[in-house]
Amino acid sequence: MANVISDETIEYVGILAKLELSPEEKEAAKKDMASMLDYIDKLNELDTTGVEPMSHVFPVNNVFREDVVANPDGSEDTLANAPERRDSAFVVPKTVDS
Amino acid sequence: MSKQYETVIGLEVHVELATKTKIFCACSTEFGGTPNSHTCPVCTGMPGSLPVLNKKVVEYAMAVGMAMNCKINQYCKFDRKNYFYPDNPQNYQISQLYLPICYDGGIEIETKDGGTKTIGIHEIHMEEDAGKLVHDDWEDVSLVDFNRSGVPLIEIVSEPDMRSAEEVIAYLDKLRMIVQYLGASDCKMQEGSMRADVNLSVREVGAKEFGTRTEMKNIGSFKAIARAIENETARQIDLIESGEKVVQETRRWNDDQGYSYAMRSKEDAQDYRYFPEPDLVPIVISDEWMESIKASQPELRPEKMARYQSEFALPQYDAEILTSAKRLADVFEATTEICGKPKKVSNWLMGETMRLLKDKNMDPEDIRFSPKNLAKLIELTEAGTINGTVAKEVFELIFAEDIDPEAYVKEKGLTTVSDEGELRSTIEQIIKDNPQSVEDYHNGKEKAIGFLVGQTMKATKGKANPGLVNQILKELL
Repeated sequence: MANVISDETIEYVGILAKLELSPEEKEAAKKDMASMLDYIDKLNELDTTGVEPMSHVFPVNNVFREDVVANPDGSEDTLANAPERRDSAFVVPKTVDS
Repeated sequence: MSKQYETVIGLEVHVELATKTKIFCACSTEFGGTPNSHTCPVCTGMPGSLPVLNKKVVEYAMAVGMAMNCKINQYCKFDRKNYFYPDNPQNYQISQLYLPICYDGGIEIETKDGGTKTIGIHEIHMEEDAGKLVHDDWEDVSLVDFNRSGVPLIEIVSEPDMRSAEEVIAYLDKLRMIVQYLGASDCKMQEGSMRADVNLSVREVGAKEFGTRTEMKNIGSFKAIARAIENETARQIDLIESGEKVVQETRRWNDDQGYSYAMRSKEDAQDYRYFPEPDLVPIVISDEWMESIKASQPELRPEKMARYQSEFALPQYDAEILTSAKRLADVFEATTEICGKPKKVSNWLMGETMRLLKDKNMDPEDIRFSPKNLAKLIELTEAGTINGTVAKEVFELIFAEDIDPEAYVKEKGLTTVSDEGELRSTIEQIIKDNPQSVEDYHNGKEKAIGFLVGQTMKATKGKANPGLVNQILKELL
Protein backbone atom coordinates (compact mmCIF):
# COMPACT_ATOMS: atom_id res chain seq x y z
CA MET A 1 0.00 0.00 0.00
CA ALA A 2 1.51 3.26 -1.08
CA ASN A 3 -0.74 5.50 0.98
CA VAL A 4 -0.53 5.66 4.76
CA ILE A 5 -3.27 7.25 6.85
CA SER A 6 -1.95 8.88 10.00
CA ASP A 7 -3.58 8.68 13.40
CA GLU A 8 -4.28 12.42 13.21
CA THR A 9 -6.11 12.04 9.92
CA ILE A 10 -8.33 9.25 11.13
CA GLU A 11 -9.07 11.22 14.29
CA TYR A 12 -9.99 14.30 12.22
CA VAL A 13 -12.19 12.38 9.78
CA GLY A 14 -13.87 10.79 12.76
CA ILE A 15 -14.68 14.21 14.24
CA LEU A 16 -16.07 15.46 10.92
CA ALA A 17 -18.27 12.38 10.58
CA LYS A 18 -19.27 12.50 14.27
CA LEU A 19 -17.99 8.95 14.72
CA GLU A 20 -16.36 7.52 17.82
CA LEU A 21 -14.09 4.70 16.80
CA SER A 22 -12.48 2.05 18.99
CA PRO A 23 -8.72 1.49 18.50
CA GLU A 24 -9.47 -1.65 16.44
CA GLU A 25 -11.98 0.19 14.29
CA LYS A 26 -9.46 2.98 13.74
CA GLU A 27 -6.87 0.55 12.48
CA ALA A 28 -9.38 -1.09 10.15
CA ALA A 29 -10.55 2.29 8.84
CA LYS A 30 -6.97 3.41 8.25
CA LYS A 31 -6.37 0.32 6.10
CA ASP A 32 -9.63 0.81 4.15
CA MET A 33 -8.95 4.46 3.48
CA ALA A 34 -5.39 3.81 2.38
CA SER A 35 -6.56 1.27 -0.17
CA MET A 36 -9.21 3.68 -1.43
CA LEU A 37 -6.56 6.33 -1.95
CA ASP A 38 -4.38 3.79 -3.76
CA TYR A 39 -7.28 3.15 -6.11
CA ILE A 40 -7.67 6.89 -6.77
CA ASP A 41 -3.94 7.07 -7.47
CA LYS A 42 -4.44 4.34 -10.01
CA LEU A 43 -7.22 6.35 -11.70
CA ASN A 44 -4.99 9.41 -11.70
CA GLU A 45 -2.54 7.58 -13.93
CA LEU A 46 -5.02 8.02 -16.80
CA ASP A 47 -4.48 10.97 -19.10
CA THR A 48 -7.70 13.01 -18.91
CA THR A 49 -6.50 16.03 -20.86
CA GLY A 50 -9.43 17.60 -22.67
CA VAL A 51 -12.06 15.56 -20.81
CA GLU A 52 -14.73 17.64 -19.04
CA PRO A 53 -15.26 16.66 -15.40
CA MET A 54 -18.35 14.49 -15.13
CA SER A 55 -21.19 15.99 -13.07
CA HIS A 56 -23.44 13.00 -13.01
CA VAL A 57 -23.35 9.38 -14.02
CA PHE A 58 -26.58 9.58 -16.01
CA PRO A 59 -26.66 11.46 -19.31
CA VAL A 60 -29.81 13.28 -18.21
CA ASN A 61 -30.37 17.00 -17.66
CA ASN A 62 -33.17 19.27 -16.51
CA VAL A 63 -35.44 17.15 -14.39
CA PHE A 64 -37.91 19.61 -12.87
CA ARG A 65 -41.07 19.84 -10.80
CA GLU A 66 -43.75 22.46 -11.35
CA ASP A 67 -44.31 24.78 -8.39
CA VAL A 68 -47.56 23.27 -7.10
CA VAL A 69 -48.26 22.31 -3.48
CA ALA A 70 -49.16 18.63 -3.35
CA ASN A 71 -48.06 17.46 0.08
CA PRO A 72 -50.58 17.26 2.95
CA ASP A 73 -49.80 18.09 6.58
CA GLY A 74 -46.85 15.83 7.29
CA SER A 75 -46.34 16.57 10.95
CA GLU A 76 -47.59 13.23 12.33
CA ASP A 77 -45.31 11.16 10.10
CA THR A 78 -42.37 13.47 10.66
CA LEU A 79 -42.82 13.55 14.42
CA ALA A 80 -43.26 9.79 14.62
CA ASN A 81 -39.46 9.69 14.79
CA ALA A 82 -39.17 12.23 17.58
CA PRO A 83 -37.83 10.78 20.85
CA GLU A 84 -39.59 13.69 22.51
CA ARG A 85 -41.97 16.31 21.16
CA ARG A 86 -43.61 19.47 22.37
CA ASP A 87 -46.09 21.74 20.60
CA SER A 88 -45.62 19.77 17.41
CA ALA A 89 -41.85 20.37 17.48
CA PHE A 90 -38.89 18.07 18.11
CA VAL A 91 -37.28 18.54 21.52
CA VAL A 92 -33.48 18.36 21.42
CA PRO A 93 -30.76 19.19 23.94
CA LYS A 94 -30.24 22.94 23.96
CA THR A 95 -28.04 24.07 21.11
CA VAL A 96 -25.69 26.96 21.71
CA ASP A 97 -26.43 29.82 19.35
CA SER A 98 -24.23 29.56 16.34
CA MET B 1 -0.31 61.36 14.15
CA SER B 2 -2.91 58.66 14.18
CA LYS B 3 -3.29 56.51 11.09
CA GLN B 4 -6.22 56.70 8.70
CA TYR B 5 -8.16 53.50 8.20
CA GLU B 6 -10.72 52.34 5.72
CA THR B 7 -13.33 49.66 6.17
CA VAL B 8 -13.70 46.98 3.51
CA ILE B 9 -17.05 45.23 3.44
CA GLY B 10 -18.52 42.41 1.40
CA LEU B 11 -22.00 40.98 1.94
CA GLU B 12 -23.62 37.60 1.61
CA VAL B 13 -27.35 38.13 1.36
CA HIS B 14 -29.74 35.21 1.65
CA VAL B 15 -33.15 35.74 0.10
CA GLU B 16 -36.03 33.26 0.47
CA LEU B 17 -37.72 32.88 -2.89
CA ALA B 18 -41.46 33.47 -3.25
CA THR B 19 -42.24 30.02 -4.62
CA LYS B 20 -45.34 28.21 -3.39
CA THR B 21 -43.40 25.03 -2.73
CA LYS B 22 -40.00 24.08 -1.39
CA ILE B 23 -36.97 23.70 -3.60
CA PHE B 24 -36.92 19.90 -3.77
CA CYS B 25 -40.40 18.76 -2.68
CA ALA B 26 -44.07 19.72 -2.99
CA CYS B 27 -44.40 20.99 0.60
CA SER B 28 -45.78 24.49 1.13
CA THR B 29 -43.38 27.33 1.92
CA GLU B 30 -45.99 29.36 3.77
CA PHE B 31 -44.62 31.22 6.78
CA GLY B 32 -45.94 30.52 10.25
CA GLY B 33 -47.70 27.17 9.91
CA THR B 34 -47.97 24.72 12.83
CA PRO B 35 -44.45 23.39 13.46
CA ASN B 36 -43.53 20.53 11.15
CA SER B 37 -46.85 20.64 9.26
CA HIS B 38 -45.04 21.49 5.99
CA THR B 39 -42.73 18.53 6.00
CA CYS B 40 -42.27 15.28 4.09
CA PRO B 41 -39.58 12.59 3.78
CA VAL B 42 -37.58 14.76 1.33
CA CYS B 43 -37.24 17.91 3.43
CA THR B 44 -36.61 15.93 6.61
CA GLY B 45 -33.84 13.87 5.02
CA MET B 46 -35.44 10.43 5.30
CA PRO B 47 -33.28 7.67 3.84
CA GLY B 48 -34.34 6.76 0.31
CA SER B 49 -36.19 9.97 -0.45
CA LEU B 50 -35.13 11.83 -3.58
CA PRO B 51 -35.17 15.57 -4.31
CA VAL B 52 -36.71 16.94 -7.52
CA LEU B 53 -35.83 20.53 -8.42
CA ASN B 54 -38.57 23.19 -8.50
CA LYS B 55 -38.31 24.85 -11.92
CA LYS B 56 -39.52 28.18 -10.59
CA VAL B 57 -36.44 28.42 -8.35
CA VAL B 58 -34.16 28.34 -11.39
CA GLU B 59 -36.30 30.97 -13.10
CA TYR B 60 -36.31 33.35 -10.15
CA ALA B 61 -32.55 32.95 -9.70
CA MET B 62 -31.99 33.69 -13.39
CA ALA B 63 -34.29 36.74 -13.28
CA VAL B 64 -32.48 38.18 -10.26
CA GLY B 65 -29.11 37.50 -11.87
CA MET B 66 -30.10 39.21 -15.08
CA ALA B 67 -31.47 42.24 -13.23
CA MET B 68 -28.12 42.43 -11.42
CA ASN B 69 -26.18 42.29 -14.69
CA CYS B 70 -24.76 38.83 -14.04
CA LYS B 71 -23.62 36.23 -16.52
CA ILE B 72 -25.58 32.99 -16.42
CA ASN B 73 -23.87 29.63 -16.15
CA GLN B 74 -25.79 27.77 -18.84
CA TYR B 75 -24.47 24.53 -17.43
CA CYS B 76 -24.84 24.49 -13.68
CA LYS B 77 -25.28 21.90 -10.98
CA PHE B 78 -25.74 21.37 -7.26
CA ASP B 79 -23.19 20.31 -4.69
CA ARG B 80 -23.53 18.77 -1.27
CA LYS B 81 -22.21 20.68 1.73
CA ASN B 82 -21.72 18.41 4.72
CA TYR B 83 -22.23 19.49 8.30
CA PHE B 84 -24.08 18.35 11.38
CA TYR B 85 -26.52 20.57 13.17
CA PRO B 86 -29.98 19.93 14.65
CA ASP B 87 -31.63 22.33 12.16
CA ASN B 88 -30.32 20.23 9.28
CA PRO B 89 -31.97 16.79 9.23
CA GLN B 90 -30.07 15.52 6.18
CA ASN B 91 -26.68 16.29 7.73
CA TYR B 92 -25.91 18.15 4.51
CA GLN B 93 -27.22 21.17 2.67
CA ILE B 94 -27.77 21.05 -1.08
CA SER B 95 -26.09 24.18 -2.43
CA GLN B 96 -23.94 25.28 -5.36
CA LEU B 97 -20.17 25.62 -5.03
CA TYR B 98 -18.45 24.88 -8.33
CA LEU B 99 -20.92 26.13 -10.94
CA PRO B 100 -23.31 28.68 -9.39
CA ILE B 101 -26.19 29.79 -11.61
CA CYS B 102 -25.12 33.48 -11.87
CA TYR B 103 -21.73 35.18 -11.63
CA ASP B 104 -19.86 38.36 -12.38
CA GLY B 105 -22.51 41.06 -12.09
CA GLY B 106 -22.96 44.35 -10.32
CA ILE B 107 -25.51 46.89 -9.17
CA GLU B 108 -25.20 50.61 -9.03
CA ILE B 109 -25.76 52.52 -5.83
CA GLU B 110 -25.95 56.21 -5.14
CA THR B 111 -23.21 57.53 -2.88
CA LYS B 112 -23.40 60.24 -0.22
CA ASP B 113 -21.78 62.85 -2.46
CA GLY B 114 -24.51 62.35 -5.08
CA GLY B 115 -22.38 60.20 -7.38
CA THR B 116 -22.81 56.53 -8.24
CA LYS B 117 -20.71 53.49 -7.57
CA THR B 118 -20.96 49.92 -8.81
CA ILE B 119 -20.90 47.14 -6.25
CA GLY B 120 -19.74 43.93 -7.87
CA ILE B 121 -21.75 40.73 -7.53
CA HIS B 122 -19.36 37.81 -7.28
CA GLU B 123 -22.02 35.15 -7.70
CA ILE B 124 -25.57 34.10 -6.96
CA HIS B 125 -26.25 30.51 -6.06
CA MET B 126 -29.32 28.44 -5.25
CA GLU B 127 -29.62 26.41 -2.06
CA GLU B 128 -32.05 25.12 0.53
CA ASP B 129 -32.83 26.73 3.86
CA ALA B 130 -32.43 24.91 7.18
CA GLY B 131 -35.10 24.34 9.82
CA LYS B 132 -35.75 26.68 12.69
CA LEU B 133 -34.53 26.26 16.26
CA VAL B 134 -36.38 27.87 19.12
CA HIS B 135 -34.44 27.96 22.34
CA ASP B 136 -36.33 27.46 25.54
CA ASP B 137 -35.40 30.09 28.09
CA TRP B 138 -36.35 28.07 31.16
CA GLU B 139 -35.34 24.57 30.29
CA ASP B 140 -32.17 23.25 28.74
CA VAL B 141 -33.85 22.29 25.48
CA SER B 142 -34.34 23.59 21.96
CA LEU B 143 -37.40 23.00 19.80
CA VAL B 144 -36.94 22.10 16.15
CA ASP B 145 -39.40 23.04 13.41
CA PHE B 146 -38.61 21.80 9.91
CA ASN B 147 -41.21 23.89 8.08
CA ARG B 148 -38.41 26.10 6.77
CA SER B 149 -36.18 23.16 5.90
CA GLY B 150 -35.97 23.07 2.10
CA VAL B 151 -37.41 26.52 1.47
CA PRO B 152 -35.53 27.84 -1.59
CA LEU B 153 -32.88 30.47 -1.08
CA ILE B 154 -30.62 32.40 -3.32
CA GLU B 155 -27.39 33.65 -1.82
CA ILE B 156 -26.16 36.85 -3.41
CA VAL B 157 -22.44 37.25 -2.76
CA SER B 158 -21.00 40.70 -3.35
CA GLU B 159 -17.39 41.64 -4.01
CA PRO B 160 -15.66 43.42 -1.11
CA ASP B 161 -16.53 46.75 -2.72
CA MET B 162 -18.27 48.64 0.09
CA ARG B 163 -16.39 51.08 2.30
CA SER B 164 -18.97 52.32 4.83
CA ALA B 165 -22.23 51.48 6.58
CA GLU B 166 -24.01 53.98 4.27
CA GLU B 167 -22.81 52.14 1.18
CA VAL B 168 -23.92 48.83 2.67
CA ILE B 169 -27.40 50.16 3.39
CA ALA B 170 -27.64 51.71 -0.09
CA TYR B 171 -26.61 48.37 -1.60
CA LEU B 172 -29.12 46.39 0.50
CA ASP B 173 -31.87 48.86 -0.37
CA LYS B 174 -31.17 48.55 -4.07
CA LEU B 175 -30.86 44.79 -3.90
CA ARG B 176 -34.13 44.46 -2.01
CA MET B 177 -35.94 46.72 -4.43
CA ILE B 178 -34.77 44.72 -7.45
CA VAL B 179 -35.77 41.41 -5.88
CA GLN B 180 -39.16 42.76 -4.78
CA TYR B 181 -39.92 44.25 -8.18
CA LEU B 182 -39.15 40.91 -9.79
CA GLY B 183 -41.59 39.30 -7.36
CA ALA B 184 -38.80 36.88 -6.46
CA SER B 185 -39.17 37.51 -2.72
CA ASP B 186 -40.92 39.80 -0.27
CA CYS B 187 -37.52 40.37 1.43
CA LYS B 188 -38.92 40.77 4.93
CA MET B 189 -36.02 40.91 7.35
CA GLN B 190 -38.25 40.52 10.40
CA GLU B 191 -39.64 37.22 9.05
CA GLY B 192 -36.20 36.12 7.99
CA SER B 193 -36.91 36.07 4.25
CA MET B 194 -33.89 38.32 3.77
CA ARG B 195 -30.78 37.86 5.90
CA ALA B 196 -27.35 39.37 5.59
CA ASP B 197 -23.91 38.21 6.65
CA VAL B 198 -21.34 40.99 6.84
CA ASN B 199 -17.67 40.31 6.03
CA LEU B 200 -15.56 43.15 7.30
CA SER B 201 -11.90 44.08 7.55
CA VAL B 202 -10.00 47.32 8.02
CA ARG B 203 -6.75 48.47 6.49
CA GLU B 204 -4.70 51.60 6.39
CA VAL B 205 -5.79 53.98 3.68
CA GLY B 206 -3.67 53.31 0.63
CA ALA B 207 -2.78 49.73 1.62
CA LYS B 208 -2.96 47.23 -1.22
CA GLU B 209 -3.70 44.11 0.79
CA PHE B 210 -6.93 43.48 2.64
CA GLY B 211 -6.76 43.07 6.41
CA THR B 212 -7.96 39.93 8.21
CA ARG B 213 -11.73 39.79 8.05
CA THR B 214 -14.42 38.69 10.43
CA GLU B 215 -17.91 37.56 9.55
CA MET B 216 -21.06 38.64 11.35
CA LYS B 217 -24.01 36.40 10.63
CA ASN B 218 -27.75 36.90 10.25
CA ILE B 219 -28.17 40.44 11.46
CA GLY B 220 -31.85 41.27 11.77
CA SER B 221 -32.42 44.76 10.34
CA PHE B 222 -30.81 47.51 8.27
CA LYS B 223 -30.32 49.63 11.37
CA ALA B 224 -28.70 46.79 13.26
CA ILE B 225 -26.39 46.15 10.30
CA ALA B 226 -25.27 49.79 10.33
CA ARG B 227 -24.60 49.63 14.08
CA ALA B 228 -22.76 46.31 13.81
CA ILE B 229 -20.51 47.75 11.07
CA GLU B 230 -19.62 50.85 13.10
CA ASN B 231 -18.88 48.72 16.15
CA GLU B 232 -16.83 46.07 14.37
CA THR B 233 -14.79 48.72 12.52
CA ALA B 234 -13.92 50.39 15.83
CA ARG B 235 -13.09 47.05 17.45
CA GLN B 236 -10.69 46.03 14.69
CA ILE B 237 -8.97 49.44 14.62
CA ASP B 238 -8.52 49.22 18.40
CA LEU B 239 -6.91 45.80 18.07
CA ILE B 240 -4.51 47.00 15.38
CA GLU B 241 -3.65 50.22 17.22
CA SER B 242 -2.81 48.28 20.38
CA GLY B 243 -0.56 45.95 18.42
CA GLU B 244 -2.87 42.95 18.52
CA LYS B 245 -4.09 40.86 15.64
CA VAL B 246 -7.59 40.54 14.19
CA VAL B 247 -8.57 36.88 14.30
CA GLN B 248 -10.49 35.46 11.37
CA GLU B 249 -13.69 34.25 13.02
CA THR B 250 -17.45 34.35 12.97
CA ARG B 251 -18.95 36.80 15.41
CA ARG B 252 -22.48 37.32 16.59
CA TRP B 253 -23.85 40.84 16.90
CA ASN B 254 -25.99 41.52 19.95
CA ASP B 255 -27.97 44.54 18.86
CA ASP B 256 -29.72 45.15 22.20
CA GLN B 257 -26.42 45.37 24.06
CA GLY B 258 -24.45 46.92 21.20
CA TYR B 259 -21.48 44.55 21.07
CA SER B 260 -20.36 41.45 19.22
CA TYR B 261 -18.74 38.27 20.49
CA ALA B 262 -16.89 35.40 18.87
CA MET B 263 -19.10 32.39 18.33
CA ARG B 264 -17.84 29.08 19.61
CA SER B 265 -16.33 27.56 16.50
CA LYS B 266 -17.99 24.30 15.61
CA GLU B 267 -15.34 21.62 15.76
CA ASP B 268 -13.46 21.97 12.46
CA ALA B 269 -16.75 22.91 10.89
CA GLN B 270 -15.20 24.88 8.04
CA ASP B 271 -14.35 21.59 6.37
CA TYR B 272 -17.61 21.04 4.51
CA ARG B 273 -16.28 18.30 2.22
CA TYR B 274 -18.34 19.47 -0.74
CA PHE B 275 -18.97 17.02 -3.54
CA PRO B 276 -21.27 16.98 -6.58
CA GLU B 277 -24.84 16.24 -5.48
CA PRO B 278 -25.52 12.74 -6.78
CA ASP B 279 -29.32 12.92 -6.36
CA LEU B 280 -29.80 15.80 -8.80
CA VAL B 281 -28.96 15.98 -12.48
CA PRO B 282 -27.28 19.05 -14.04
CA ILE B 283 -29.25 22.04 -15.29
CA VAL B 284 -28.75 23.11 -18.87
CA ILE B 285 -30.09 26.58 -19.62
CA SER B 286 -30.82 27.16 -23.28
CA ASP B 287 -30.59 30.55 -24.99
CA GLU B 288 -34.35 30.34 -25.56
CA TRP B 289 -35.05 29.82 -21.88
CA MET B 290 -32.88 32.81 -21.00
CA GLU B 291 -34.63 34.91 -23.63
CA SER B 292 -38.07 34.00 -22.29
CA ILE B 293 -37.06 34.95 -18.75
CA LYS B 294 -35.68 38.24 -19.99
CA ALA B 295 -38.84 38.92 -22.03
CA SER B 296 -41.17 38.20 -19.12
CA GLN B 297 -39.26 40.39 -16.72
CA PRO B 298 -41.70 42.80 -15.06
CA GLU B 299 -41.41 46.56 -15.24
CA LEU B 300 -38.58 47.67 -12.94
CA ARG B 301 -38.45 50.89 -10.99
CA PRO B 302 -37.00 53.34 -13.57
CA GLU B 303 -39.63 52.40 -16.18
CA LYS B 304 -42.41 52.54 -13.63
CA MET B 305 -41.32 55.98 -12.46
CA ALA B 306 -41.36 57.33 -16.01
CA ARG B 307 -44.73 55.75 -16.75
CA TYR B 308 -46.37 57.21 -13.63
CA GLN B 309 -45.38 60.67 -14.80
CA SER B 310 -46.52 60.21 -18.39
CA GLU B 311 -49.58 57.98 -17.96
CA PHE B 312 -50.97 59.43 -14.73
CA ALA B 313 -49.51 62.95 -14.94
CA LEU B 314 -48.01 62.58 -11.47
CA PRO B 315 -45.21 64.88 -10.29
CA GLN B 316 -41.77 63.28 -10.25
CA TYR B 317 -41.76 63.47 -6.46
CA ASP B 318 -44.92 61.33 -6.24
CA ALA B 319 -43.56 58.84 -8.75
CA GLU B 320 -40.36 58.49 -6.75
CA ILE B 321 -42.12 57.77 -3.47
CA LEU B 322 -44.75 55.47 -4.94
CA THR B 323 -42.11 53.34 -6.66
CA SER B 324 -39.80 53.23 -3.66
CA ALA B 325 -41.41 49.94 -2.64
CA LYS B 326 -43.03 47.42 -4.92
CA ARG B 327 -45.99 46.94 -2.60
CA LEU B 328 -46.74 50.67 -2.59
CA ALA B 329 -46.65 50.76 -6.39
CA ASP B 330 -48.93 47.73 -6.57
CA VAL B 331 -51.50 49.30 -4.23
CA PHE B 332 -51.31 52.55 -6.18
CA GLU B 333 -51.96 50.86 -9.49
CA ALA B 334 -54.76 48.66 -8.23
CA THR B 335 -56.55 51.54 -6.49
CA THR B 336 -56.19 53.87 -9.45
CA GLU B 337 -57.56 51.15 -11.69
CA ILE B 338 -60.75 51.11 -9.61
CA CYS B 339 -61.37 54.80 -8.92
CA GLY B 340 -59.53 56.46 -11.81
CA LYS B 341 -58.10 59.26 -9.63
CA PRO B 342 -54.33 58.76 -9.62
CA LYS B 343 -53.40 61.97 -7.83
CA LYS B 344 -55.93 61.37 -5.03
CA VAL B 345 -54.64 57.82 -4.58
CA SER B 346 -51.08 59.11 -4.57
CA ASN B 347 -51.94 61.66 -1.87
CA TRP B 348 -53.44 59.01 0.41
CA LEU B 349 -50.44 56.75 -0.04
CA MET B 350 -47.76 59.42 0.32
CA GLY B 351 -49.51 61.17 3.18
CA GLU B 352 -51.59 59.11 5.58
CA THR B 353 -50.26 55.69 4.59
CA MET B 354 -46.61 56.67 4.95
CA ARG B 355 -47.37 58.44 8.21
CA LEU B 356 -49.11 55.40 9.70
CA LEU B 357 -46.36 53.05 8.49
CA LYS B 358 -43.79 55.22 10.19
CA ASP B 359 -45.82 55.55 13.40
CA LYS B 360 -46.30 51.82 13.63
CA ASN B 361 -42.74 51.03 12.57
CA MET B 362 -43.98 49.03 9.60
CA ASP B 363 -42.72 48.37 6.09
CA PRO B 364 -44.70 49.12 2.92
CA GLU B 365 -44.62 45.33 2.44
CA ASP B 366 -46.84 45.10 5.52
CA ILE B 367 -49.69 47.06 3.94
CA ARG B 368 -52.76 44.87 4.32
CA PHE B 369 -55.71 47.05 3.28
CA SER B 370 -57.41 46.32 -0.01
CA PRO B 371 -57.26 48.80 -2.91
CA LYS B 372 -61.04 48.44 -3.16
CA ASN B 373 -61.60 50.03 0.23
CA LEU B 374 -59.20 52.90 -0.39
CA ALA B 375 -60.93 53.53 -3.72
CA LYS B 376 -64.31 53.61 -1.97
CA LEU B 377 -63.00 56.08 0.58
CA ILE B 378 -61.75 58.37 -2.17
CA GLU B 379 -65.11 58.20 -3.90
CA LEU B 380 -66.97 58.99 -0.66
CA THR B 381 -64.75 62.02 -0.10
CA GLU B 382 -64.98 63.21 -3.68
CA ALA B 383 -68.76 62.96 -3.67
CA GLY B 384 -68.85 65.06 -0.48
CA THR B 385 -70.50 62.25 1.43
CA ILE B 386 -67.86 62.60 4.14
CA ASN B 387 -65.49 65.45 4.86
CA GLY B 388 -61.70 65.38 5.17
CA THR B 389 -61.58 64.96 8.93
CA VAL B 390 -63.91 62.00 8.93
CA ALA B 391 -62.07 60.51 5.94
CA LYS B 392 -58.79 60.49 7.87
CA GLU B 393 -60.43 58.75 10.81
CA VAL B 394 -62.00 56.16 8.56
CA PHE B 395 -58.70 55.63 6.77
CA GLU B 396 -56.98 54.67 10.00
CA LEU B 397 -59.51 51.86 10.34
CA ILE B 398 -59.07 50.82 6.72
CA PHE B 399 -55.31 50.76 7.30
CA ALA B 400 -55.61 48.73 10.48
CA GLU B 401 -58.54 46.42 9.76
CA ASP B 402 -59.38 46.89 6.10
CA ILE B 403 -62.95 47.89 6.91
CA ASP B 404 -65.48 48.74 4.20
CA PRO B 405 -65.73 52.54 4.49
CA GLU B 406 -69.19 52.72 2.88
CA ALA B 407 -70.78 50.38 5.40
CA TYR B 408 -68.85 51.95 8.29
CA VAL B 409 -69.85 55.53 7.45
CA LYS B 410 -73.48 54.51 7.11
CA GLU B 411 -73.50 52.50 10.31
CA LYS B 412 -71.85 55.23 12.41
CA GLY B 413 -73.82 58.05 10.82
CA LEU B 414 -70.74 59.95 9.71
CA THR B 415 -72.23 61.27 6.52
CA THR B 416 -71.63 64.95 6.07
CA VAL B 417 -74.50 67.13 7.20
CA SER B 418 -75.50 68.84 4.03
CA ASP B 419 -79.07 69.47 5.05
CA GLU B 420 -79.16 73.25 4.81
CA GLY B 421 -82.12 73.76 7.08
CA GLU B 422 -80.65 71.72 9.92
CA LEU B 423 -77.26 73.36 9.54
CA ARG B 424 -78.76 76.84 9.37
CA SER B 425 -80.52 76.47 12.70
CA THR B 426 -77.35 75.10 14.33
CA ILE B 427 -75.36 78.07 13.04
CA GLU B 428 -77.99 80.57 14.14
CA GLN B 429 -77.66 79.21 17.65
CA ILE B 430 -73.88 79.43 17.54
CA ILE B 431 -74.00 83.07 16.39
CA LYS B 432 -76.34 83.83 19.26
CA ASP B 433 -74.00 82.11 21.76
CA ASN B 434 -70.83 83.88 20.56
CA PRO B 435 -71.55 87.61 20.31
CA GLN B 436 -67.87 88.52 20.86
CA SER B 437 -66.71 86.60 17.78
CA VAL B 438 -69.48 88.11 15.72
CA GLU B 439 -68.41 91.57 16.79
CA ASP B 440 -64.74 90.80 16.05
CA TYR B 441 -65.76 89.66 12.61
CA HIS B 442 -67.66 92.85 11.93
CA ASN B 443 -64.64 94.83 13.14
CA GLY B 444 -62.64 93.28 10.33
CA LYS B 445 -61.11 90.31 12.12
CA GLU B 446 -61.51 87.73 9.34
CA LYS B 447 -60.08 85.08 11.64
CA ALA B 448 -63.08 85.16 13.92
CA ILE B 449 -65.07 83.29 11.34
CA GLY B 450 -62.67 80.39 11.75
CA PHE B 451 -63.68 80.10 15.38
CA LEU B 452 -67.36 80.01 14.43
CA VAL B 453 -66.69 77.32 11.81
CA GLY B 454 -64.89 75.35 14.49
CA GLN B 455 -67.84 75.66 16.85
CA THR B 456 -70.19 74.46 14.13
CA MET B 457 -68.01 71.46 13.40
CA LYS B 458 -67.94 70.65 17.09
CA ALA B 459 -71.71 70.90 17.36
CA THR B 460 -72.15 68.57 14.39
CA LYS B 461 -69.42 66.20 15.61
CA GLY B 462 -67.27 67.03 12.60
CA LYS B 463 -69.82 65.94 10.09
CA ALA B 464 -70.80 69.30 8.58
CA ASN B 465 -69.87 70.07 5.02
CA PRO B 466 -67.25 72.82 5.54
CA GLY B 467 -68.07 74.65 2.29
CA LEU B 468 -71.70 74.91 3.23
CA VAL B 469 -70.88 76.06 6.78
CA ASN B 470 -68.78 78.90 5.42
CA GLN B 471 -71.43 79.92 2.98
CA ILE B 472 -74.25 79.99 5.56
CA LEU B 473 -72.10 81.79 8.13
CA LYS B 474 -71.18 84.58 5.76
CA GLU B 475 -74.79 84.91 4.75
CA LEU B 476 -76.07 85.15 8.32
CA LEU B 477 -73.38 87.54 9.45
